[in-house]
Order: sequence, then C-alpha cells, then structure tokens
Amino acid sequence: MFQIFVNANFDFVGKRRWFYIGSVGAVALALLSIALHGGLNYGIDFTGGGLIQVRYDKPVKVDDVRRGLDELKLGTGVIQQFGDPREYLIRLPPAEQNAEQLGARVRDALAKAAGASVEVRRLEFVGPQVGRDLQIQALYAVLAGMAGILIYVAIRFDFRGGLIAILALAHDVMVTLGALSVSSLEMSLPVLAALLTIVGYSINDTIVVFDRIRESRGRGLRRGQGLADLINGAINQTLSRTILTSFTTFLASLVLLVFGGEVLRDFAFALVIGVVTGTYSSVAAAALVMDWELWTMRRRSKGPATATTRGGAGRAAPKMAGKGNGQTARKP
Amino acid sequence: MPRRLGLRIALVAVVVAVSVWYLYPPGKTINLGLDLQGGIHLVLGVDVDKALEAQVERAGDTVRAELEKKGIGVTRIERRGTSELVIQLASAQSWDAAVATASEVLGGFDRKEADPAARRIVLALKPREVATIRDLAVRQGLETIRNRVDQFGVAEPSIQQQGENRILVQLPGVQDPDRAKALIGKTALLEFKLVDERTDPETALRTGVPDGDEILYQRRVDKETRQERKIPFVVQKKAYVTGRDVATARVSIDQNTSEPYVSVDFNAAGAKAFADLTDANVGRRLAIVLDGSVHSAPQIRERIPSGRAQITGGFTTPEATDLAIVLRAGALPAPVQVLEERTVGPSLGADSIRKGFVSTVAAALAVVLFMLIYYRLSGLIADVALGLNLLLLLAAMAGFHATLTLPGIAGVVLTIGMAVDTNILIFERIREELRSGKTVRGAIEAGFARAFRTVIDTHVTVLVSAAILYQFGTGPVKGFAVSLAIGILASLFTAVFFTRLVFDLTYMGSRRVDRISI
Repeated sequence: MFQIFVNANFDFVGKRRWFYIGSVGAVALALLSIALHGGLNYGIDFTGGGLIQVRYDKPVKVDDVRRGLDELKLGTGVIQQFGDPREYLIRLPPAEQNAEQLGARVRDALAKAAGASVEVRRLEFVGPQVGRDLQIQALYAVLAGMAGILIYVAIRFDFRGGLIAILALAHDVMVTLGALSVSSLEMSLPVLAALLTIVGYSINDTIVVFDRIRESRGRGLRRGQGLADLINGAINQTLSRTILTSFTTFLASLVLLVFGGEVLRDFAFALVIGVVTGTYSSVAAAALVMDWELWTMRRRSKGPATATTRGGAGRAAPKMAGKGNGQTARKP
Repeated sequence: MPRRLGLRIALVAVVVAVSVWYLYPPGKTINLGLDLQGGIHLVLGVDVDKALEAQVERAGDTVRAELEKKGIGVTRIERRGTSELVIQLASAQSWDAAVATASEVLGGFDRKEADPAARRIVLALKPREVATIRDLAVRQGLETIRNRVDQFGVAEPSIQQQGENRILVQLPGVQDPDRAKALIGKTALLEFKLVDERTDPETALRTGVPDGDEILYQRRVDKETRQERKIPFVVQKKAYVTGRDVATARVSIDQNTSEPYVSVDFNAAGAKAFADLTDANVGRRLAIVLDGSVHSAPQIRERIPSGRAQITGGFTTPEATDLAIVLRAGALPAPVQVLEERTVGPSLGADSIRKGFVSTVAAALAVVLFMLIYYRLSGLIADVALGLNLLLLLAAMAGFHATLTLPGIAGVVLTIGMAVDTNILIFERIREELRSGKTVRGAIEAGFARAFRTVIDTHVTVLVSAAILYQFGTGPVKGFAVSLAIGILASLFTAVFFTRLVFDLTYMGSRRVDRISI
C-alpha cells in the first residue's frame, strides 16, 4: 500500500511565521512585477484591437512579415512566431477603423511581401468599447466569485472562516497574476476563466482543513493539548488528502500545458500555478486561524499573558486548553 | 446486507443506457464550437440612434407635406439631436392651425415648446416611442440578418440578441469570412433618386447644394491601377422608390458584356411609383443609390411600366449574388457596426481538436495510472467511475445541445483531475478509519458518510465559480463553464453513488471480509 504523510507530524503552526513571510513576499513580488510591467498585460479581449494568426506555406522571416504588415498601415503591430517558423501571430493596436475586409487585406499584403501563400488561421477583432466593458465585467466576475465563496464558507463555518478563506483566495489570485506578469503572458478571457476556476477549486483544500479543525474541536481538547496542537493535527491528518487531490488536478493542468497547444497555453499555465499556490495557501490559511484565535482571546481577556508557551517555541497553548474535556473553544 | 442493491444497480444501468443512447452516433450528437470547426463569431452593434433619427426625419417630411397641403408656409423643418423636431413657420398667421396639425400628424411626439413670437414649434419623441423604435430597430435587424444568412446558405447559424442593442451572429464552417461579413453588415438601403440636372456637381461642391438636394458619390475602381475614384452627383434628397418597394431581386448576366447585374422586380405599389416617376421624368437621369453611394445613374429613355429595374455597376458574380440577397431580405432599419469578430480557419480548428483529444487521453492515462498505483483495486473502481463520468459528461452535453469548445475540452480535462478528488477524499477517509481500528465494513460506512459533507462543499464551490463564468463569459468560455459544471455534477453520481455501489457489492456481501485493497 502506497501512502504518503500517514503519520505526518509537521509543526506548521509553529512555523507559521515562514508562511506569512513567504506569502507576503510572493504577493509583494507579484505586485512589483505587475507595477514594473505597467499594470496587467491585458490581451485584446480587454483592450480591443486585432489578433491575426497566419500560416505561410513555407518558413519566412519575421522581417518579411513586418514588411507586409507595414504596407497595410494598421499601426505598430507586434509580430510573434507561433509554434514553427511558418506560423506567426500578429497583434494590432486598437483602432477606430472597421475590421471590414481585414482578413483578405492582411492575407494579400503578407503573401506579396513574403512571396509565399498565406492562410489566415485565426482573426480576432475586438472594438475598444467591447474591451472596456469586458474589463469591468471581468473584475465583477472575480469579485462575485469570491463573494459567492465567502457567503458559502460563512454559512458553512462562520464569518471568520470565510474571511480567512477569501484572504487565501486573494493571495492565490495575486500570485497567479504575478506569475503571468513575470512570464509576460497575457490576461485574456480564458485566463480569467482559469482564475475563477482557481477561486472555486483552491478553496476546497481549505474547507477540508477547516472541517477537520472543527471536527477535532467538537471532540474537545484533550488534557494537555493546546490549540496549536489541535490545528497542527488537523493539517497533518488532512495533508495526504490535500496533496493528493491537488496532485491529480495538477496533473491534468500540466497535461493541458504540455499538449493543449498554444491557444490553451496561458490558460493552462494559470491553472498550474493556481493549483500549486492554492494547495500551499490552504495550509497557510489554517495557520492563520491560530493567530486569529490568539488575537480574539487576547482581546477578550484583556489580561497580560493569556497564552502560555508550551513545548516548542511558538506553540501557543491558550488558556482554554486547561478547561478539560468536552469543552468546545467556541461555538462552530 | 446493504439495502436496495437491485434498485441501485438498475439505476446505474438506466443512466448508462440513456447516456449511450444520447451519444449515438457520436460524430453527430456533439455540437462543436466555432473554435473547433472553424467559422465566424460576430458581435454587431446596432446604431439605434440612426433609426431614431430616420424616424424623426420621416415624421418631419410627413408634417411638412401636411402643412403645405393646408397652405401653411414653412421656413424649415429640421431634426435636433436624435429625437427632436423643430418646425419653423413662415408666418404667425395660421399659428393655431399649424399647432393643431402638428399634434394631429405627430401622434408619437410630445410638444416641448410652442413659441408664437418666434413662430417655432419644437416636438420631442415620447420616451415610450423612443424605446419602441430602438427595440424595433434591433429586432428587425435581427430578422433581416437571419433572412440574409438563411439565403446565403450556412448550416446551423446562430443569430441572437445580446444585451440591449447588440446582435451576436455565429456562422460555423464559413469559408469566406470577409464576404459573409460584408453580406451581414451591409445596411442595403436602396433608393432611386433623381439627378438634379440644373446644378453642376463641381459648382455645387464649391458653392453649396441647392435646398432639397444633396451630393452623393459614385465609387469607381480602376481595374488596372486599383485606384479608387469618387465621382460626385447632385441628386434630390427625396427618394421616389426605395428597397421597401422591392418584391424580389436576382442576378442576371448581360448578353453583350457578359457582366453580371442585379435585376429588381417591384411590388404593385413600387411598380406604379416607378412607372409614374419614369413617365414624368423622361430624359433625366435616375441615380440608383445603395447605402448612400451612387451605383449607376442611367438616363430614363421612356416610361417603364413593367415594374422592373436593373442595377449595373461592374459587379463580380459573388458581389451581384450578395446584393440580390440583401435586396430580397430587405434593408437593416439601422446601420450596424462590427464590435467584435473572431474567425477561426478550419485548419486551426482541426489542430485544436487533435490537441484537445491528445490532452484528454494523456490526462486520463496519467490520472488513471496514478489512482491504480496508489489505491489498487479501489483505484480501479475510481477509474471505472471516472470513465462513467466522462460518458455522462458527453451524453449530457449532447442531451442539452451544449457546444463543445476548445476551453470546453480543457474543462473536460480538468474534470478528469477533479472528479477523482471525490474518490480520493473518500478513500483517504476510509484508510483513516481503518487505521483507527474499525472493521473493513465499518470503515467503508464511516468513510463514505464522513467524507460526504466535504464532497458537497467542494462541489458547491466549483459550481459557484462555473455559474459565474457562465453568466459572464462569451462563446468559448461559456463552453468551459458548461463542461466543468456538468463534469462536477456527474462526479456526484459516479464518484459517490456508483463507487459506493461497487464497494457494497464487493465488500458488503454475506461472506467475511478481512482485507480491503485501498
């Protein structure tokens, strides 16, 4: 029987400072990269503009494509080789001009300049108005997704759990956006779909851990067991689950990244990053529960040291630990 | 002994049978999206303000005619903004009669201002009227485009309203997107206008056009140099016969030049108007105007009673064919503008299908192998459940006539990764219960029962995301949301219900069970 983490006993809660440093650092890096790139690299879905994918019947140089494109005077397009040297992707800036006959004009001009026949494989044109509408809608969609999750988790657990879960989700989305930015990938509609999927999926592991914390609490703290032990126990007991479920989804996303082709590449990339960071953040989120507990307890008692240190450094054992069996820390 | 085994087996059998029935034959039952089979996706913005303006201007013409009939002098009648009409009277003498006439003729307008001193009446379209005209413009546009596409011959087109004033057109498998676009986007307002022979176009360009006239251009493309020339014409604004009077139109070939032209047959009213017009204006030129440009301006040689006209102008055969189509289908009530276009060539679509297929198979293999190695017999059960899940997913897509897009395939691949999650949650729980000392049967009972709530959680959250994506997304992304949602829902049946059934059959019989392969 293959098993992983059967008797896992990692001190996640004690090391939670490293989670915080890692997460804050990753989000800071993400923000920095996005800032340095002058904001998110929105694709034409959001900015408006044109995208043309062409394939020549023989390999051509970028210069040949450029010459053909210049002839059309469509503004400064970005030309990018796409797959093999016969295939190119041309991005055109948003323009007021109509897309009428654009395909035929591009085909003729490119063919003439390169002396090869050209097939227009894909042509996308998005008017500036549509793009602007979409940017706002996209923001709403992600926020609505998070709000939906917040409400569900708040009903299912409590408002605090919902807030922590949302924090974890925002972290996942930010890190994924940062990874996209660092890799100079575009924020397109499929990528947005990936982000929303991550929002819905990466919350799952968090729920599994939260559920276990609550279940353990329902049984009450054993004598001598601190809250830190309880949370650590919950994370460790569910660790194999968390890793395994994410692993299969990670596998599927990775397959998409490798075999899915150029069109799905950015989408799959966002998923891969999101699944990984989502798994990590579910553990970090559970550790955050600890600090919230400590904070509320400190506020409630207003006394000096309400948490005594027991065992290793940072393993806080709150006062209620001594209250004995059958005592829930707070109503779930 | 577990309860109702027979019933549960029967249910699974029925579900499988129904799925297979929906899926058969597979090539025909699953709709492929535009990004997979190639085609055009167009979002057209209907310029509803133009429809309003045209309506106001027509109302202006009507009220002018009515006022003149009653002998009330009018200095000018003009449109202000999109929905207001300003009537300037020549004198204040018959003021009351003029106001009464205006209210009588212009039922859809509110009187906004009536100033006898300035001899001015200002009317504004009623808000309800404005809404009706806007709505009608979009709906008529939709209808007209549908007619045109039907005549163009596209298999399974989809034409629907999107938002308030947008029209979404999806044409799968169209080979010549530029031609289809031109056909759909053309306003196709056909007008027959008399050329004003008194004014020379060059003079008019310098000094301005006489009242009631306008300058329209004829575009001529030189066949050698491909340079475009614009020839100005001074024509009367009033259109005597329009596309509304056309009964039918078709392509014919000129016997002498062997050039194609479009032959137009008017309906009864149109034929009479055309006969009267030609009768009264023999010797003058009649400009045939399409969407504001002059196609040709032949001289009227004699009265034409046949109710038939010819539109010539150096067409290619496809151009003439398309013009005949748009004339038959009628003009758009308002111009449209392409706001968004996505065209995918058939070769790229085929590529995408291949890559999607490879990805699905590779992901399935990887996940199936992993489950088999990690959970052994239980993993095999989960793998069979996964296969059943994919069957249900495809069958549901066929049953709901959902469209499979490339992101939709990605959704299927993701479903493969996520559907087994449910089994992992259950299996891990069973292992845990076993470790805590439960018997095999006890562990299975407890494992399924305790994992169930978590399973519901994970399903709800993913469904929330999918629902928002569906609400928000366009074409391909909607396809992703659909396949993800169906796949996740199906996994409730396959990973929980079906797996439980197999477990019950395997381990819950009357014989003793000491070991479980998990």
